[in-house]
Amino acid sequence: MNRINQKIKEGKKILSIYFTAGYPELNDTVRILEELEKNGVDLIEIGLPFSDPLADGPTIQESSTAALKKGMHTELLFEQLKDIRKSVSIPLIIMGYFNPVFQYGVEAFCKKCHEIGIDGLILPDLPLDVYQSEYEVIFKKYGLINVFLITPQTSDERIKQIDDASNGFIYMVSSASTTGTTKGFGEEQQHYFDRISAMKLKNPQIVGFGINNAETFKQATRSAAGAIIGSAFIKHLTSHGVDAISKFVKSIR
Amino acid sequence: MTDNYFKTYPNKEGFFNEYGGAFIPPMLEEEMRKITDAYYAISKSHSFISELRSIRKHYQGRPTPVYYCNRLSEKYGGRIYLKREDLNHTGAHKLNHCMGEALLAKHLGKKKLIAETGAGQHGVALATAAAYFGLECEIHMGEVDMAKEHPNVVRMRILGANVVPVSHGLKTLKEAVDSAFEAYMKDPITTIYCIGSVVGPHPFPMMVRDFQRVVGIEAKAQFFDMTGELPDNVVACVGGGSNAMGIFSAFLDDSECSLYGVEPGGRSMEHGEHAATMTLGKPGVIHGFKCYTLQDENGEPSPVYSVASGLDYPGVGPEHSMLKDLKKVTYEVVSDKETIDAFYELSRMEGIIPALESAHAVAYAIKLAQENPRESILVNLSGRGDKDLDYVVDTYGLPD
Ligand SMILES: Cc1ncc(COP(=O)(O)O)c(C=O)c1O
Repeated sequence: MNRINQKIKEGKKILSIYFTAGYPELNDTVRILEELEKNGVDLIEIGLPFSDPLADGPTIQESSTAALKKGMHTELLFEQLKDIRKSVSIPLIIMGYFNPVFQYGVEAFCKKCHEIGIDGLILPDLPLDVYQSEYEVIFKKYGLINVFLITPQTSDERIKQIDDASNGFIYMVSSASTTGTTKGFGEEQQHYFDRISAMKLKNPQIVGFGINNAETFKQATRSAAGAIIGSAFIKHLTSHGVDAISKFVKSIR
Repeated sequence: MTDNYFKTYPNKEGFFNEYGGAFIPPMLEEEMRKITDAYYAISKSHSFISELRSIRKHYQGRPTPVYYCNRLSEKYGGRIYLKREDLNHTGAHKLNHCMGEALLAKHLGKKKLIAETGAGQHGVALATAAAYFGLECEIHMGEVDMAKEHPNVVRMRILGANVVPVSHGLKTLKEAVDSAFEAYMKDPITTIYCIGSVVGPHPFPMMVRDFQRVVGIEAKAQFFDMTGELPDNVVACVGGGSNAMGIFSAFLDDSECSLYGVEPGGRSMEHGEHAATMTLGKPGVIHGFKCYTLQDENGEPSPVYSVASGLDYPGVGPEHSMLKDLKKVTYEVVSDKETIDAFYELSRMEGIIPALESAHAVAYAIKLAQENPRESILVNLSGRGDKDLDYVVDTYGLPD
């Protein structure tokens, strides 16, 4: 069983952290992963930086620009991660944009992920129909879970299609825009959380965007299986550094 | 068969064979679906078609003429004709798709039009369309281009548009697209990104092409009227490829017409010195669609350069990418230097000052004329050069 499915089966609310590979320093990747696991994080999304990210807010964009400037690229990330399974055992996901994967070769990329022990991919700009017609076979061959995103605007019909195509979890984007909410979730989000919960999907949902403290984490995970923190963690890294990761995680739960 | 072509390409998901599609995050998916549905529903309606026709005639001044270049043809051989999109209102072909996009935006109840611009022609055209329909308009433009195309910045501001300077990266067209997308993503519900060419996610490459088809439909009939035949060659510059798709679309089934898309060769064919996407790029995904892309081995878009701000882009329309593979269109490269020579040549031989983008097409037409003195050449003169005057004279000086 894939580590992602296993983790979800444990039943505890999942705290997932996103960070950009190569940030704040080029070689921080492994250390950040180890620190996050040590402090009880359940799942990690490793961001492969890209210069034209259509789905990221300003904080993540800035970290990507900085990481690219320092020299982060696909092959280097794989190199940094090659022995990661000796020290980290929680599920790991690579999150990036489609073109770097496409240029590396989708099959070669998936094969490499499998060798390293990556459990899944999130490629927000890879459309469902292209995935199904061209790449699903490859993902399956290498035991990789593909995670799709939904937003408050996604129609019920589409959500059902995504649910059918998913085999890990569904990434529930909390708001319709990249800037997301910064001041907690309001009525609109609650309504959306309730709507999705009422759909009784076969895949669990993990909420992302706009989660930045214990309160929003709690709110988001009331009905969902877990929540993802990205920008708030990166901001914390920027101002407090890798040494203060424990403090950040403890402030959430 | 032509009708069949337009029904076949793109397919339902927006693909022109392997190119195009909508490689976009889910925050945009639903909006793109709405725009696509609205486009299919509205664009075929009688009221939409009549309104657009009336706008084209009474507001834009269409049809624009086809003009035979007497002195230029005499000097270089061949028979060179220009489709005068420089005489379209606002001075370029861009208004053809902007009026269509804005009319659609109005039907969708959008409040604000957002777009990027390179040379400022798309920005001016969209600001004009916004004024016409009473919508807000926000144009993103690289700081380098703002300095180069200053007259267009002033025009956009006079027209009431908010011009947002873009200061990251090379500060040109690609960065302007990044910035416009970012602004759009903040509020995709009340705003609409009216992209400036046959690029971006589905349905934009299809929509912009359809709105530009008027150029080819007019030109083909006018040319036939003037000569009793079809042109042997059709030439257009290719940035994203909207003016080229506009004119090529009428000739795709005419195997006796050779179609040439002209790409910017910049200062040289070295990395970063040109924007010859079709000639040196390979398939990739940029700004939500698949096309020939200038990029490095990690899939990062490469730096690009051209004297013409409107051609300075590392991607190209998906339909052009397909037409290249199908060998329906030949893509050629013209350098900055040849472009500047053609800019002055057309000005002094015919009294028509072309946009630097369009001057690329003129430069290639002159080459073709010299090589094929018996043939006719129809050039899409996509825009006029007013925006480029100071830049050209200050940078290259006046010839003797
Ligand atoms: C006059 C003119 N021609 C051509 C272009 C290039 O665009 P496209 O290739 O979409 O026609 C521009 C873009 O700014 C332009 O202003």
